[in-house]
Amino acid sequence: MCLWHAEDTLRGVQAVVVPGGFSYGDYLRAGAIAARQPVLRAVIDAVQRGIPVLGICNGFQILCEAGLLPGALVRNAGLHFVCRDQRLRVESSATAWTGRYAPGAEIVVPLKSLEGRYVADSATLAALERQRRVVFRYLGGNPNGAAHDIAGIASADGRVLGMMPHPEHAIDPLTGPSTDGLDLFRSAIDILLGSVRSFS
Amino acid sequence: MPRVVVDVVVKPEILDPQGQAILRALPRLGVHGVRDVRQGKHFEFDVDDDVDAETLQRIAGELLANPVIEEWTVHWR
Repeated sequence: MCLWHAEDTLRGVQAVVVPGGFSYGDYLRAGAIAARQPVLRAVIDAVQRGIPVLGICNGFQILCEAGLLPGALVRNAGLHFVCRDQRLRVESSATAWTGRYAPGAEIVVPLKSLEGRYVADSATLAALERQRRVVFRYLGGNPNGAAHDIAGIASADGRVLGMMPHPEHAIDPLTGPSTDGLDLFRSAIDILLGSVRSFS
Repeated sequence: MPRVVVDVVVKPEILDPQGQAILRALPRLGVHGVRDVRQGKHFEFDVDDDVDAETLQRIAGELLANPVIEEWTVHWR
């Protein structure tokens, strides 16, 4: 179901994916205007009730701008748009979106972003590491200068996940480099059906 | 009608690759002695007389700048 930015309702959905792309021309900062739209108010309210939320690329930027995840995404250190099949390590399966992955698993998912460099102050980074909230880390070289090679992080309760790479672009061999991204969505369905790991 | 200027710049501890690129271009203009460049954003507002400093700080801190990565100054002209 598609949700509309100008509406303040989630229409009863049980999980939300904030997709990538661009929003409002990304004027001001990537995701800054989108994060202040009515539908995000509804997402923030739903997060208080524990709804699973996944932000991908621009969606990750929006979740950070909305204050649902700590830190921010800024211009790649190399200044160039990075578009490549990116190896990642799954650092945590203790989130609503990664239950099907073995911790330490390596996956390949497309990365396509200009403002993908994750930054946060040192206290925030230390807390993310200590609480095992770094969910995905870049492998094979840091593509954008992200702190601690961070590709994705989760909220303290593991229900909200933000990541720069695109798992939805790795669900079919016809269109992606792998099908490694599918298990994010299967993991959330497991949680919603209350049947974790029951249909692998 | 008062005019208010807000300048936003990336915090010094955050790498600013755009500023670095500008810095590297300066010698090609024959300019030397510039040690650092930080690129930022400049906003101009025409506001009613009853818009106070606190409101301008809200505008700057809640929308124009992201306090995680940026700092800002508000000037009344």
